[in-house]
Amino acid sequence: MFAFIIRRVAQALLVMFVISIIGFGIKYSFGDPVREMVGMSVSAADREALRDQLGLNDPIVVQWTRFVDKALHGDLGRSFFYRKPATEVIMKKAPATLELVFCSALIILLVSIPAGIYAAVHPKSFLSRCLMGISIIGVSVPVFLTAILLIYIFAVELHWLPSYGRGETVQLWGFWDSGLVTLDGLKHLILPSIALSSIMLPLFIRLIRAEMKEVLQTEYVKFARAKGLTPWRVLMVHGFKNTLLPVITVGGVQIGIMIAYTILTETVFQWQGMGFMFIEAVERSDTSLLVAYLIFVGALFVTVNTVVDIIYGLVNPMVRVSGRK
Amino acid sequence: MDTLLDVRNLTVKFALRDSALTAVNNVSFTLNRGERLGLVGESGAGKSVTGFSIINLVSKPGFIADGSVWFDGRDLATLSQEEMRKVRGNRISMIFQDPMMTLNPVLTIGTQMVETVLAHRNVSKAEAEAIAMDKLRKVYINSPEKRLKQYPHEFSGGMRQRIVIAIALLTDPALIIADEPTTALDVTIQAEIMDLLLELCRTEDMGLILITHDLGVVSQVTQKVAVMYAGSIVELGETEQVCSNPQHPYTRGLIAALPEAATGSRLNQIPGSMPNLAEIPVGCAFNNRCELGKGACFTTVPQLERKQSGVFAACHELE
Amino acid sequence: MWKKFRESYFLYSFLRDPVAVGSFLILLVLVLLALFAPLLATQNPYDGSAIDILDAEIAPRWISHGKFIFGTDVQGRDIWSTILYGARVSLLIGLGAVALQAVLGIVVGLVSGYKGGKIDSILMRITDVQLSFSSYMVAIFFGAILQTAVGVGGYADIALPFLVFVIGISEWPQYARTVRASVLAEKKKEYVEAARVIGLKPTRIMWRHILPNTLTPVLVISTVQVANAVMSEAALSFLGLGMPANQPSLGSLIKSGFTYVLSGSWWITLFPGLVLVLLVLSINLLGDWLRDFLNPKLYKD
Repeated sequence: MFAFIIRRVAQALLVMFVISIIGFGIKYSFGDPVREMVGMSVSAADREALRDQLGLNDPIVVQWTRFVDKALHGDLGRSFFYRKPATEVIMKKAPATLELVFCSALIILLVSIPAGIYAAVHPKSFLSRCLMGISIIGVSVPVFLTAILLIYIFAVELHWLPSYGRGETVQLWGFWDSGLVTLDGLKHLILPSIALSSIMLPLFIRLIRAEMKEVLQTEYVKFARAKGLTPWRVLMVHGFKNTLLPVITVGGVQIGIMIAYTILTETVFQWQGMGFMFIEAVERSDTSLLVAYLIFVGALFVTVNTVVDIIYGLVNPMVRVSGRK
Repeated sequence: MDTLLDVRNLTVKFALRDSALTAVNNVSFTLNRGERLGLVGESGAGKSVTGFSIINLVSKPGFIADGSVWFDGRDLATLSQEEMRKVRGNRISMIFQDPMMTLNPVLTIGTQMVETVLAHRNVSKAEAEAIAMDKLRKVYINSPEKRLKQYPHEFSGGMRQRIVIAIALLTDPALIIADEPTTALDVTIQAEIMDLLLELCRTEDMGLILITHDLGVVSQVTQKVAVMYAGSIVELGETEQVCSNPQHPYTRGLIAALPEAATGSRLNQIPGSMPNLAEIPVGCAFNNRCELGKGACFTTVPQLERKQSGVFAACHELE
Repeated sequence: MWKKFRESYFLYSFLRDPVAVGSFLILLVLVLLALFAPLLATQNPYDGSAIDILDAEIAPRWISHGKFIFGTDVQGRDIWSTILYGARVSLLIGLGAVALQAVLGIVVGLVSGYKGGKIDSILMRITDVQLSFSSYMVAIFFGAILQTAVGVGGYADIALPFLVFVIGISEWPQYARTVRASVLAEKKKEYVEAARVIGLKPTRIMWRHILPNTLTPVLVISTVQVANAVMSEAALSFLGLGMPANQPSLGSLIKSGFTYVLSGSWWITLFPGLVLVLLVLSINLLGDWLRDFLNPKLYKD
């Protein structure tokens, strides 16, 4: 098990290494740190002096090492638009995105588990057929279209829910702007998190249903019935527990992928999170912020994947003993 | 001797799109308390389905179409789901064929044993664990308190089957249905497991229905035997009598095919093969492979009747 | 040939499945509409002189009784015409991107599966990592980086080949994985062994013997990949990283209409959105059917 964790972590570090090269590459090729610091109105000679001073004329490898060293200390450059360190901008925006992902994940879990199990246990019932039909349509509707539709119905036509923004937020622990603790904030969360969950929900329902169907046909489930266990226990302990493994592996990765979809969701709802910030940064050619986002999200992905792999190892007794996957 | 189990006219069908196949056809037999019965036949003869239908666990699309299963004075076929659950694993336990598949890979042995006790007895978890350890000792598994914390993949096939047997014993059932309990095991372990099962049935005074294709095992373990062919019982009687003096041509073929009965260097075999459920011939299901086959065999289904030797057989040509 | 096809089991089981036939017909109509866009459109949306700004934001004909079936957008373009041209662009990018993915993925998959060893594990690590990042994210990053590189102005001119490149480069791992898996399965079979014993060159064995046997799974994932590529294009365009507003794809039409949904002009977004969903849904349903047909093992599900 120890060797297994070491291998996973090594792989994660390797991926981060590659990301750092890409990030540095972007910055090196397109970024203009001088502009970031002083703006456009400086003479050419002054610029050149500043370049020297900043070490921009040093060999690439030296610059890259400096970049990585700074990144490890949380310094990812300055955003010329916000006139603040990029890390600070991202940290300010991250809670909005993470709360959105959290609420969507919650919706996905609360809906997909009962729906998937139901569809596996009663594959021929009318409700299951409806679920499966809706889930096929669900994967074919792009997330931004769902979002627009939700806004049109619940905000424009019915005036039930707000159409954009985060609403009233409260600062927790001195740095986390939370919309989860105010009624207004929660109201603003509803539509975006439904929109975001809509893209993953069909996949989860199908996954849980398929896994559950397979598990229900195994000998050990039959044996559990023959032991006279209650149907509920057979379903939840013997059936569902065995579907957890694939659900955790696929699910963990998918939750990571949801970060990618937050870019779309946040754009539609003008949600002041990292995704919205990223698209703005692209439009403004704010290279430092772009690179900072790339590295931050890259690190998030890698961490989620690694943690999922390790959890998988912990849950699966087979991996735990032999130490391999 | 009092009757423990009385299966009457049991018929199990498998629903197809617009018809149904008969997997078990009008099967009747009885079992006394503490008695051991062998259910013999080729794969597909309906013996496993018969076993599962006793505890009403035929997997879909199978269903019990007709008949009754009297156990301890109650007809199991009429019980509600919940009442039936209380019988399963409690009064009647099952042992499955492949111990590698029977135990849930993600639950410890302890969990899988304790849950069974708790499903049927109103005891604390500690008491349930004590019962589990006691039964593990009965199947000769050392240091049971340590074993309870282990997962199935930490055991060999033979050990796992012992654990499955221990699970079957947990509630001191009156009847164990063992579905090919040794087929999936190494030949060297088969006899060991069979001896253990026989010993436990004797000491605990349990009834046993042994489902197997191996007449040799049946003759060593059981007192009674029912031979099944294409969904029906073709011969039923005392094991000793059936084995020494088989009546039905199919049973005779089976016994002649045993390695011990081989006269020269070649094994004897019954020509042809058992028809599948969709193609059972009219009349006697065995007619196309039988040397005695005559007129009536191709028109009417023979009924199970007591023949001169004392055993029951379903054959037109026997007196 | 035609007779053989008419009597084939393929056609028989296709015609027996109303969902497959329905989605095929819808897809056929959409493809034909896109193909003959210049003939069917009432105006050329690329041609500024044909557009009258006074026609802006007119509701569909059944509401406004105007001359535009599905109404007009904010620039006064006929929505029906923009949809036809937009579907054309979307399909073109989708097919182009899938072609690129397939070429890349098949080569990598073949090499990886056939060579094995170090090359295999390096290539598969790369696909693993890229897959775990989600092709969406990769495409968005690529798009963002390249747009920063060429600047928004220069970007408009190369948007189409650029999108083909971005979506192609970000979604090839699916192909690589699939091809590699079937190569590994084929490699064990005796005819490959026999070919090797005869002394055929590895490249020849790969192209002539193994590749044809991997085409079935490639065909199956290709349908889904086209749907995905169309979706990716729409998402990129919606984010402003795709087709510019003056050469719209379905995604950029939705983007340009989105702001006006809030003021009640729903038709600018709804109709392109509907066409996009129909396109993707019909491809997905056909893909599902094809998978079930070509892989009877999965049919029970």
